[in-house]
Amino acid sequence: MRILVMGINHRTAPVELRERVAFDPEQARRAAAELTRPTHQDRPLLREAAVLSTCNRSELYAVPDPDATETVPALRDYFAAFHGLSPVALASSLYVHEDADAVRHLFRVAAGLDSMLLGEAEILGQVRTAYQRAFANGTTGPVLNRMFQGALEAGRRVRSQTGLGAGPMSVAFAAVKLAEQIFGRLRECTALIVGAGTVGEQLVEHLRNRKIRNLLVANRSWERACALAARFHGEAVRWDELSQIWSRPDIVVTSLAVREPWLTRAELETAMAARGNRPLFVIDLGVPRNVEAEVGTLYNVYLYNLDSLAEIVKQNRRARQQEIPRAEQIVEEHVARFEAWRAAAEMVELLRSLRHQGTAPDAAALDQRLERMHDLSPQERRDLRGIAEELLALARLEPEAQLRHMPALRERVRRMDRVRDLLGITKGTV
Amino acid sequence: MPTSTAALLLYAVSLALYLWLLYTNRSWMGFGASALLAGGLLLHYFSLMERARALDSVPYQDLPGSLSLFAWLLALTYLGLEVFHRQRSVGAFVVPVVFVLALFSTLFAPQQPPAPPETHSTLFALHVTLNILAYSSFAIAFVLSVIFLLQNRMLRGRAPGRTFWRFPALELLERMSRSSVAVGLLALLAGIGLGLVVSRDVRGQLWSNDPKEIVSVVILLGYAAYLWLGRTTTWRGARASWLCVINFVVVLFSLTIVNLYWSKFHRYF
Repeated sequence: MRILVMGINHRTAPVELRERVAFDPEQARRAAAELTRPTHQDRPLLREAAVLSTCNRSELYAVPDPDATETVPALRDYFAAFHGLSPVALASSLYVHEDADAVRHLFRVAAGLDSMLLGEAEILGQVRTAYQRAFANGTTGPVLNRMFQGALEAGRRVRSQTGLGAGPMSVAFAAVKLAEQIFGRLRECTALIVGAGTVGEQLVEHLRNRKIRNLLVANRSWERACALAARFHGEAVRWDELSQIWSRPDIVVTSLAVREPWLTRAELETAMAARGNRPLFVIDLGVPRNVEAEVGTLYNVYLYNLDSLAEIVKQNRRARQQEIPRAEQIVEEHVARFEAWRAAAEMVELLRSLRHQGTAPDAAALDQRLERMHDLSPQERRDLRGIAEELLALARLEPEAQLRHMPALRERVRRMDRVRDLLGITKGTV
Repeated sequence: MPTSTAALLLYAVSLALYLWLLYTNRSWMGFGASALLAGGLLLHYFSLMERARALDSVPYQDLPGSLSLFAWLLALTYLGLEVFHRQRSVGAFVVPVVFVLALFSTLFAPQQPPAPPETHSTLFALHVTLNILAYSSFAIAFVLSVIFLLQNRMLRGRAPGRTFWRFPALELLERMSRSSVAVGLLALLAGIGLGLVVSRDVRGQLWSNDPKEIVSVVILLGYAAYLWLGRTTTWRGARASWLCVINFVVVLFSLTIVNLYWSKFHRYF
């Protein structure tokens, strides 16, 4: 019961390559279906398959057919051919993890530990969608079902029991979260946008997503103010009328290219008195700064500039980094749980094979087979023989249900292929 | 198991969930915390009723009794506020006070009920209950104002800590505090009014210049000023929260120094 994952991500491939090997939902369905469909030799390459494709990764999770040989090269060729690339072009970017490493990889991905933005929330939903799609498509089986469910559980636990996803990680998002900490819901708030840069536009997008009541847009040039207002679906305000509208905004976002601050303490002091000291959140995204630093000393004015926002992001990043060991520990717990289940499932399969074959090898036959295993040390031979005898006894006597409660034996049955060889079981008998 | 101990247990589990909620932010946990608090309130009510029956009056004559009533009303007011504002993160700060007070009143509950009070009338029972309700509402407003001041300090210092993001917005803290003070103010007004009527019935005079009466009026004016200043003037925000904190210091002064050393007619409420 092998498990493998093959794919590329933001660490191994540049965005240009990631774009070329991305799977849209339909392609993800098609690829998984093709790989699990019987070929002309009447055996599929994979027993189970699921594709996870996001802007930062394209990965194929697979349980190969026990009889299939050379699965990894075949999958590598398929991966390249599916996207019209030569295998050479992908060779240096494509990674493959097998068995426990593959399980650990998926669990870390779901937990946000492998994301470009450490602890990002979206990935858990993306893993869920990829799994649901593969499940609905009928390309998952007992192994991938269990593995994806385990990954989702691990991801949920990491999110709820660690601070890996806590605190905003971008300047624009940090500013909006701060606004929410001051005003609560932004639906009743009005924002004044003065000028627009990249971060400013991201911020406006966040404000609009939170259904802010009003967006006022001002600029030194009336035409530019109108153009920005049209783009942001806001209301244009003339520069020379700015002093008359100070009672309206709760949030001011400014990113003008100016040499001297355009918003001074004296001006805002008068404005604050006029607005009955209602709280005002001023976000200065300009470099050089658009707002005098002394504005921050005014009562009920909260002033943040690019540096102070960047510092919050930095602190959050550091805080998230500190949570990595706890998150990894949770992931390891879930990996161990899954691996225990996998070992038990493999043992059950092994015993079924033994029963299915009807005849079990006798002691002399076991010795003969052990003789042929030249790479084993005397101690390993003794261990293997002990395991084989125990399994044979179990196959004759014990009900399978009891096997699930035998962790010690499960622990010892690590090299399943060796045990199979010793007991003379052919793969895929069951 | 005595009802008071069972109530205490429910409060303890509810408190654990409120604290955990602050850390994990899971909705089912918040629901569980509120449900357990409500369960604790119900059992606490039965325990108070037992005590009241034994006394044939509202339990106010001994410290454990009056603190138990205070804890119950504090939990009740908080739960009402939580349901009204749909905000559970403050529970982690209010429920510990409820738990400690309930624990104290359970541990130090007298073996024999204290001597029945001189006054048994319904008006008197209402006077006591309304005043304690007012103090519990002011206690909640105090907690909310302290959280507001800490949040505000972090915001202005541009150094929000890790727990900062878990707390309610400043605007909501202010709103919750105002609701709480409004409830407290109404209860205190009615409580003082009933107290005057009881005084007239028992002592034959409406106003007896008792220090407790004077301090209660000061408290009434202080909180009325908080409500008025915090809504309409430049005092809104941190200044109003400071006023709320100072008002509660006066409440504590009234409940301790005034009650124990100065007042002739009030002891534990």
